Amino acid sequence: MTALAEQGSKSRAAALSESARRRRRRRRALGLLALALFLVCAAGIMLGTKPIAPGTVWQALTDPARVEDHIIVRSLRLPRTLLGLCVGLALGVAGSLIQAHTRNPLADPGLLGVNQGAAFAVVAAVVVLNVQSLYGYIWFGFAGALLASCVVFALGSIGGSGSTPITLTLAGAAVSALLNGLIAAIVLGNRQGMETYRFWHVGSIASRDYAVLGQVLPFIVVGLVLALASTPGMNALALGTDVAKALGQNVRRTRVVGILAITLLTGAAVGACGPIAFLGLLAPHLARMFTGPDYRWLVPCAALTGAVLIITADVLSRVISGDTFEVGIMIAIIGAPVFVFMVHRKGVVRI
Amino acid sequence: MSRIALSKSSIPGRRAIASGPVGWSFRLRSLVVPVIAIALLVLMASLNIGLGSSYISVSDVLDTLTGGGDARTQGIIFDLRLPRTLSGILVGGALGLAGAVFQSIARNPLASPDVLGITWGAGVGAVSAIVIGGNLASLGVPLGGLVGGLTAGTLLYLLSWRKGIDGYRMVLIGIGISAVGYNIVYWLLTVGDVDSATRATTWIVGNLSDVGWESVGPVLTALAILVPVTLICSRTLSTLQFGDDTARGLGLRVDASRGILLLLAVLLASVATAAAGPITFVALATPQIALRLVRAAQPPLLSSLVLGALLTVSADFAVRVAPGATDLPVGVLTAILGAPYLIFLFIRNRRKETA
Repeated sequence: MTALAEQGSKSRAAALSESARRRRRRRRALGLLALALFLVCAAGIMLGTKPIAPGTVWQALTDPARVEDHIIVRSLRLPRTLLGLCVGLALGVAGSLIQAHTRNPLADPGLLGVNQGAAFAVVAAVVVLNVQSLYGYIWFGFAGALLASCVVFALGSIGGSGSTPITLTLAGAAVSALLNGLIAAIVLGNRQGMETYRFWHVGSIASRDYAVLGQVLPFIVVGLVLALASTPGMNALALGTDVAKALGQNVRRTRVVGILAITLLTGAAVGACGPIAFLGLLAPHLARMFTGPDYRWLVPCAALTGAVLIITADVLSRVISGDTFEVGIMIAIIGAPVFVFMVHRKGVVRI
Repeated sequence: MSRIALSKSSIPGRRAIASGPVGWSFRLRSLVVPVIAIALLVLMASLNIGLGSSYISVSDVLDTLTGGGDARTQGIIFDLRLPRTLSGILVGGALGLAGAVFQSIARNPLASPDVLGITWGAGVGAVSAIVIGGNLASLGVPLGGLVGGLTAGTLLYLLSWRKGIDGYRMVLIGIGISAVGYNIVYWLLTVGDVDSATRATTWIVGNLSDVGWESVGPVLTALAILVPVTLICSRTLSTLQFGDDTARGLGLRVDASRGILLLLAVLLASVATAAAGPITFVALATPQIALRLVRAAQPPLLSSLVLGALLTVSADFAVRVAPGATDLPVGVLTAILGAPYLIFLFIRNRRKETA
């Protein structure tokens, strides 16, 4: 009797320390990621074709003068790094959300048709309305992204009681393919459309100023708040719709909030930078290796990972190639081998 | 004397056919769907062959293809028109079949040659040929596509092999390869001038308009071997669906059978992509369309094959007759025709979908 009780309390103590250890590990991962983010942000401002000393950077930020170095820091490197920070956070969060809501580890934030919707709107704006400025593209891209995402969500929910992972996935893939066909049909017959499309499509955070950042920042902030607020519900959702309902979750509300957050975050990112492929898929997979499947930890870690990745890629692109490779390409060239290596060596956490 | 009897079998939803001691049970839909699709395919192919500067009616086309007709019609059909339609059938069928194998093994509707990197590997080869080769690219493009596709396929295979092939690990590694290829392709588009970007985009979307016998011949030979072998090897696919442990318990050599099937699917996709570009959406959509038409538990291979061919040939026909669509690559129309149909099907079947 006493032996049994003793054994029980021992295993309980073991379980307790196990969960405590896990919590400690997650906290440490979050702290390290935050530190890494601070370091790469600093590197993003200091490094480039012309390295600038930390002291000069500090001066430029606190007490600007009309010196070349200060102008470089304030008008080129700072907006670029801040935009990378916002877009990285947004795509990291959106990626972990879309993988949760479609329960598909292959889903990336573009799956809801957001990238194609934005591309279609930008191409249409150029060809039909003759819009030529970057600011024009932002609003058209954002509107197209919202519209495409709404259509996908509506199609995924028709007929039954709300959308399910499989209907969302297929509706997204079908609508994306349809829009891709239409985009090709337009740009193949129009030189100006082609010219815009091919440069817009690679995705870049270079040569954007504070105005671009200001336009998309509110949407990203709202999206981040919604996403973080919906993480406990997503943990229940990961057990399957029926179990989540049985646990008293409002599944439909969690889904609507989640999809809204994905749309806002991805739409803002794609509007500001063009489609940055692969980041939204890579960040949650890397973060999951530190945190495990708990979304309350995964979502913030994926956000930080996304930001670290995009800024690192941007700095490397500037230092190695003198800015000839856009950031999207750099992310794939660096991130994919890391990703493949980790999957090959360690295996991956399944969703 | 034995009698052939068709009756309801004891398995729900299946018919049985029996002759003496030999019997077979099948589901009606898994036979009816490919038969109807083949009939439609013959019709669409004949209509497609009939199009051109001199119109040839469907009955004349069928007559000539089966050996009749006069010398002039024979010349037009066999020398000029058949390559285009035939390559549509071959490429569409191969992509549909490859997609069905990938989706079944990965048990994921998103697993297509696109996602696995084969398409984008081929894209890097072909688009480099276009951007570097300029106007002389017509020979280098299929070759570049084939080399790129096979390289990506080999990489995918080698990197995913770790004491056997695991479907999930393979798909994730495929995504990594595909991301690199995809980004290089779109970067290459910004390197060249706007004309080579247009030509490259035409290739990326998938194009049948300038194929001749010299490119159809090798594809025909390759697929004549690959398709039957794939269909024969696919016997093990339904057992693989139970998961590794159960399949192994049932006596299946899991790693060997999955490895062979994947190799075949990679080859099918590479050959098809090299011939006509990655015709958008066929490999993703046709297995899902076939699945819903046949009402099966996993993408049916034969139906995916036939429907892939049917979708591609119909899209090619639509490109040639629709006003304003002339000169568009066929891939534009496969997406525009295929996507709404897939959406319609899954909305209709909505209640049966499970998470």
